[in-house]
Formats: sequence, C-alpha cells, structure tokens
Amino acid sequence: MFRNQYDTDVTTWSPAGRLFQVEYAMEAVKQGSACVGLRSATHAVLAAANKANNELSSHQRKVFRVADHAGVALAGLTADGRVLSRFLRNECINHAFVYDAPLPISRLALRLADKAQVCTQRSWKRPYGVGLLVAGLDESGAHLYYNCPSGNYFEYQAFAIGSRSQAAKTYLERRFEKFNDYTPDQLIRDALSAIKETLQGEKLTSSNCTIAIVGTKEDGTVEPFSMIDSQRIQEIIDSMEAADEAPPADVPMQEEGGDAPPADAPPADAPAADAAPMDI
Amino acid sequence: MDGSHANAAAAAAGGGEGTQRTLNPYVTGNSVIAMKYKDGVIMACDTGASYGSTLRYKSVERIKAVGKHSLIGASGEFSDFQEILRYLDELTLSDHMWDDGNSLGPKEIHAYLTRVMYNRRNKFDPLWNSLVLGGVKKGPKGDEKYLGMVNMIGTHFEENHIATGFGNHMAVPILRGEWREDLTFEEAVKLIEKCLLVLLYRDRSSINKFQIAKITTEGSTIYPPYALKTNWGFAAFENPSQGAVGTW
Repeated sequence: MFRNQYDTDVTTWSPAGRLFQVEYAMEAVKQGSACVGLRSATHAVLAAANKANNELSSHQRKVFRVADHAGVALAGLTADGRVLSRFLRNECINHAFVYDAPLPISRLALRLADKAQVCTQRSWKRPYGVGLLVAGLDESGAHLYYNCPSGNYFEYQAFAIGSRSQAAKTYLERRFEKFNDYTPDQLIRDALSAIKETLQGEKLTSSNCTIAIVGTKEDGTVEPFSMIDSQRIQEIIDSMEAADEAPPADVPMQEEGGDAPPADAPPADAPAADAAPMDI
Repeated sequence: MDGSHANAAAAAAGGGEGTQRTLNPYVTGNSVIAMKYKDGVIMACDTGASYGSTLRYKSVERIKAVGKHSLIGASGEFSDFQEILRYLDELTLSDHMWDDGNSLGPKEIHAYLTRVMYNRRNKFDPLWNSLVLGGVKKGPKGDEKYLGMVNMIGTHFEENHIATGFGNHMAVPILRGEWREDLTFEEAVKLIEKCLLVLLYRDRSSINKFQIAKITTEGSTIYPPYALKTNWGFAAFENPSQGAVGTW
C-alpha cells in the first residue's frame, strides 16, 4: 500500500470509503508469527508458531488462558494483545461473579469487538494492532472467533492468522468440513500440521510451537483451557512423522459439496489492493 | 431521632439533599412457600397485598415466570418486586435477542439478584423483599432442579424447600418433617396446601385465595387462584364470650 493524504488519522475517511489507519493496523497482524485455530462440535484448539527475537531470549507468548472455558491466540503487537487478554479475563471474571456462570464465548467476542471498534472512531486513539483467535465454550458447544483490529469478528470452523498463514489456511480449507466430528486428538494433530505449513521447511518441534485445547468432555463437564506440555507435543509430532513415512493414506477429497457449504469457511486470499479489503 | 440521623447519613452518602431511600415498606405481600419435587419446583403464595394492617389488594400475583427456566416469588414491598421484575425483563430480553442458544438459568438469576440485593443494602437503600427463585435447567448431568432464596440484606442460600416471612416459622418445620426427594406433583400440592392452611389460620395478613405455580423442563405454569377449605367448627368458637366478665 502506498502512503496518501488520507491515512494520517483514523477518523479520516478516504474518498474511496476506506479508513487507512484501520487497514494498516490489519497489516500489523500479518507481520506477527502464525496462529491457527480449529474446532469440532465439542472442542476447540489453538496453536501458535513460537518466534524468538534472538537466540538468547525466550519466545513471545502468544496463547493466553482467559477463563476455564476460553482462551486466545494472538498475532501482531503482542503488547496490545497482552492488554486485551487482561480485558477479556476481567470480563469473564466479572460475569462469573454476578451470574455464577461462564460468559458465553459469543458474547465475549462481541465485547472485544466493540472495544476494538471504539479505537476506530476516536481521534485520540489508534486501533489495536493485534488479531485474536478467540476459542471457547458456551451452551451450544465449542466456538472459534477471529477478532480483527477493525472491530469486526466472525465465527470460524478453522482459521489462521499472521505471517505465512495462507499456507495454513490452504491446508485447513481442504479438511475443515470433517472437523465437527473430529476427536480432540485429531484436532491437535491437524493444528500442528497447519502450523508446520507456516514454518516453510523448518522442522516442527515442541520448542517452536505452542498448542492449547478447551472442550466439553463426554460426561458434560468442562475440560478447562490449558496448554499441552511440550513432551506430549513432541510425542504427537513424532507419531505424525512416523505416519508420514508410511505409505500415504487416502486424503479425503471434498466430495460433499451438495449440502449448503458452511457459512464460516475461511475466506479466500485478499483481493486486489484497490478494493477495500475484507477483514482477514 | 434515629430516622433523621439515618436520613442525614443517607443524604451525605447519596450526594446531597432530596435523596430518597426505602425506610419502611408500604404495600407488602406475605409468605411464599416453595419446594423441589420429582419433576421440578413448585411454588405457592396467597394473592393478597396489605397496606399496613389493611388487606388492601386481594388479587395480586406474587409469583412470575422468568425466562424459560425459572419462577420468582416475592414477599415484602410489592413495588420493589415490580422493579425487580423490570430488571429481570431487561436481562431475559437481551438473552432472547441474542438468540444464540444461551439462556439464563435459575442459578444465574439467583446470583444476579443476590448481587443486586446486597449492593442496594450496602447503599442503605434496600429492595424490601424476600425473593424465592426456583427453576429447572439442563446441565451436564441432565435436568437440574434449583431452588434458592435471597432477602433484603443479601443473605442467600439454596435449599430443597424455602419459605419466607411467617412461613419461616410455620411452614418450614412442616416441610422439614415431611419433604421427600421424590414427591409427585399431587403429593407436593398436598404438602404445600398443608403449609398454606397453617399460615391462613395463624398469619393475620393472609387471605383465603392462593396461587400455585410449578416449573419443569417443559416450562412454567401458574395456576388460577383458588381457596382452601377452612374449619372453624370448634366448641370454643361458639359463644366465645359466654361467661366472660362484662358481657351479656
């Protein structure tokens, strides 16, 4: 994108009807390292590629627990993400205090989106430079939302954000129709495979990815949002590689196009630079 | 003296002259009785509201449905109950508009009301009620029955059977003796009528016009008002003043 005379202020429209500052904020999301989210009817999984600034430092934390029934993975300005995670935790705690029940994930995503929207309509503020994959539970099962710096949010069966996320999205697009019936284990495996796609050749190990899961167990109780420990991740990665070396099994093609395609399919890549981009 | 002292304190707390707060109740309902039974929760009370010692209103509905899963019954200041119903209306309406499969169950409403009552008490401006919250909602272990109470000072608890006001003294002992987990609806009605009858005889603010309500997974039903049979045919009631000094 080129600089122009309408991009100084978030409260200035361009003649084409765009808010450039908001779009630039969405660019910041694309700079962050990749995050992937997917869900079945009962469980939701978040995964992130760990990036360390240099060999001496630890990697940036990208996956946060927000409540027992909810968590986020973020890409972009992690400082903004930290502040928003604190906001989300507060909202969940306040709701639980008044109503003695978990805040339904859809309503949490809405509050986050409303907060982000405020920053797109005040001259003394700037949009948050972070995109969040919000995963959690409510009465109707597991849900995954993507919250954008623009204040928009959508529900997804699976999604990926951050740099080289298109590779992960392509991987997920081929498989998402089966996700609703996946076991938690299958979700974790596909999440790791999707993250692997974003590493572009670099070897996937338990030290360069983080993965977390939340869901409803068979008996109806909540399996709280928690990170999977690195030893278990390494075991899963090893078993995936062993399966890869075996003769490839039939990759299920998307035959069932007859039924109405799910409205929450991951959208196509960004259109030409002239048109106002959708929130991705 | 005490009243004006409290008033001044309230004015200071409320931030100036002309702050109004509830000092006494005016139009009041008396006891509400409720208990869990096999299929859900049953709740009953009379349909009277007193103005001091006058039985002013005789067709007042003191039990209302809240959302899909709950019933609320109130004793105490009736206008405060109406205010609480407005708050609950806002809650259930926003739930309904979301239309996302999530709804407030009895436990959530009870927790919410506890916060409201306790916070008002701390401002020295209470909602002068004892509220009974009952309902049934699907949980991880199937349909879960819920029954709880919260009063004007924010005291709240959950129990298998609840009674407010005079019911605390007259109905609760009966319920403690005779309540069982697996009461059928008919048995529960009989037990509740036993309690209502005791209150009718002994609580001077009660009237002989009752409403029973129940809530199950299917939903709530508030039955039309009816009266209980009373028996006044005791020898001591005939010619009560016979032999008394100064009568003829």
